[in-house]
Amino acid sequence: MTATPVPARAAAPRPRRYVNRDQVLAILVVMPSIVATAIFVYGFIGWTLRVSLSNWTGLMPDYSFAGLRQYLELARDARFAIDVRNTAVFTTIFLTSCLALGLFLAILLDQKLKGENFFRSVFLFPMAISFIVTGVVWRWLMNPATGTRITGINLLFQQLGLGALISRWHLTDPPWGIAFVAVPAVWQMAGFTMALYLGGLRAISEDLREAARVDGASEFQMYRYVIMPLLNPVTLSAVIILGHISLKIFDLIVAISQNNIALDVPGVYMWRATFDANNYGRGAAIGIIMLLTIAVLIVPYLVYSMRSEEQQ
Amino acid sequence: MNPRMTRRLTRPLLYLMLIFMALFFLMPVYLLLITGLKSFAEVDLQRMWALPKGIHFDNFILAFEKLSPHLWNSMRMVIPAAIISSVVGSLNGYVFSKWKFKYSDVIFTFLLFGMFIPYQAILIPLVIFMEKLGLRGSISGLVLVHVIYGIAITTLIFRNYYAGVPTEVLEAGRIDGAGFVGLYRHVVFPLSIPAFVVVLIWQFTQAYNDFLFAVVLTGNRTWPVTVALNNLAGSQIVQWNVQMAGALLTALPTLLIYIFLGRYFLRGLMAGALKG
Repeated sequence: MTATPVPARAAAPRPRRYVNRDQVLAILVVMPSIVATAIFVYGFIGWTLRVSLSNWTGLMPDYSFAGLRQYLELARDARFAIDVRNTAVFTTIFLTSCLALGLFLAILLDQKLKGENFFRSVFLFPMAISFIVTGVVWRWLMNPATGTRITGINLLFQQLGLGALISRWHLTDPPWGIAFVAVPAVWQMAGFTMALYLGGLRAISEDLREAARVDGASEFQMYRYVIMPLLNPVTLSAVIILGHISLKIFDLIVAISQNNIALDVPGVYMWRATFDANNYGRGAAIGIIMLLTIAVLIVPYLVYSMRSEEQQ
Repeated sequence: MNPRMTRRLTRPLLYLMLIFMALFFLMPVYLLLITGLKSFAEVDLQRMWALPKGIHFDNFILAFEKLSPHLWNSMRMVIPAAIISSVVGSLNGYVFSKWKFKYSDVIFTFLLFGMFIPYQAILIPLVIFMEKLGLRGSISGLVLVHVIYGIAITTLIFRNYYAGVPTEVLEAGRIDGAGFVGLYRHVVFPLSIPAFVVVLIWQFTQAYNDFLFAVVLTGNRTWPVTVALNNLAGSQIVQWNVQMAGALLTALPTLLIYIFLGRYFLRGLMAGALKG
């Protein structure tokens, strides 16, 4: 009589203990990543914050507390003022051009044309390339030299009889020089924006378009009033991704402008201040400001996407 | 005008616009190719857009001489970085999708944040830390850094991929007596190949194209090719045509991946973009 419940009771805990052991294994597997992230991301951010609040302005480490000294100095720093203005101009030109060109290319490719795959590949290939390569190539394409040293696109304009289009590119008066530096960045990222929009367009059912056409909408009206509003989430994603690339742009500027202060951005200044001038406090303060600027963009987006995932 | 008429009129216009845009996107490639193929004597600024007379590889050879040790450095750094990243991401993704524990979703979000930080905000401690570990200047140090800062994206891609593997498949394996390790080895891993390809390509491209970590963490002899190319272009002695050929050589590995494995490249791109 008592024999029957015994095996049942003995059997019941066994799978449970089994799962528990596996659960421990699971946690052990992710532990190194958690520890690494805790140190290399969060710990290092804290460390940078500490340096940014210190008097460390030379080769020797100095963690003595200086309050907001580094930030206040940056606020008065002419070079950092250039950086802020350049970032604003670069981001505006880069974002609006990528979005406009990306959407334009996506709509062109959405017309069921022959050779769609070829064109799509052509618009997207710059994405595969390092910003350094892009910078080196475009530095030549946009070389501002004139006279017998004329070269790059300017030379092409001259030879095609389009002399009026010859430009001094990034030697142009500030802030327009940095606007020209956005051109290669757009060249590199417009295809990616196109791919995002094309994904969005393909997700919109043909029925919806037909319905709009039946209601007498022209193709333009259909895109303007039916398709565009449906693409808003794609635009939001694109703004987040392009925006955070733009705010931390570094390698492209280094490769194109070399040491031209007129084209400086925070990413470059941070690198120069820290590793050339050994002004660690200032470098750290710039790093923290960059982080905060990007957090303003990213955190609401992360919260929003986490919430919408929970709702699903 | 009826719709069919406008269609007939606009079609050539559409092609014209596409071709014009394609020319804009391909212009640098044209310049790189023709420059590389010119003989050294033939290179001059005034003829930079002209087609080469015959095929020579002078500029490529010169650029290759300067860049090949660094191309090799890049490969020695990028291949292990991509492989280790994929393994880490796969195991993490497996846990965060199929072995959720208390607070695992919170921890996953905590990991994801690493994807968006500007690296300038961690650069100073990183350099000090790597120096202390004796890893600054070494290629293995750079591998470590790419693996660590890749955790967020690789975990994300694998987690999303495994979310598509039905739990019933795992339950069946569990009834057969498989546990954490057995289920991974016999059920999950064999299904993971497409995700592995995406993550391998993504991490390969990211590490190969990186400049910031490379420039602060490596020295003269361990420079990856991006740093070497930038310094080649910054020097006054090296001629522009050699720089162009060097740029093409540097771009080649990731371009080949894009050409032959573009589908997976794009998938990685989208995974890094749309979610997060």
